[in-house]
Amino acid sequence: MAVASDRVRSTTIEATEFPELSRAYQVMGVPKVVINDRVQFEGAVPEKDFLGAVLQAVTHPRPR
Amino acid sequence: MSILTERDRAAVRKEFEKLTGPVKLVVFSQELLAGDLCRQNEALVREVAELSDKITVEILNLALDRERAAKYGVDQVPAIVVEGADADDGIRFYGIPSGYEFSNLIDSIVVVSTGEPALSEETLSALRTLAADVDIKVFSTPT
Repeated sequence: MAVASDRVRSTTIEATEFPELSRAYQVMGVPKVVINDRVQFEGAVPEKDFLGAVLQAVTHPRPR
Repeated sequence: MSILTERDRAAVRKEFEKLTGPVKLVVFSQELLAGDLCRQNEALVREVAELSDKITVEILNLALDRERAAKYGVDQVPAIVVEGADADDGIRFYGIPSGYEFSNLIDSIVVVSTGEPALSEETLSALRTLAADVDIKVFSTPT
């Protein structure tokens, strides 16, 4: 997705080497995906659902 | 001592036959923060780069090369940026990409080189209409 769009950046984080980041994002199981720090899910999902999460993260304004 | 086994090398070489364009692996290290991990990461990246003449490596220091780090948005070490010929494709790895993450790194190199993501037409067209930036973090472990 990062290659397909200039707007997308993807960072893969090795959870055991970055315990503080993992704690901050409450990583309990892997893979855990966090999009724009607000939409998140655990486990592998079909491409369609992943796209749905991306669109959800950009279309709904961040709650205040 | 090499990190990759001969079997690993053979498999990656085969995968790298798909490469079409150049790829640069930009590595960020910082001896004081995580010396061992950074050295292992650099060694792994160099071994991967040896397997194709289309891959180059640049090693940077997070503390000294601050402008480059800021440009890439990198604030952790060890980090790897997988960069294509014309532009930064937005792919980063934090931590040593071993186990499952290793195949993810190899896949990323192939996709950046070919510019052909393995995504459906529906996904590609939806991504073309994105109106805001998207930051995806994927937390993973080696096994």
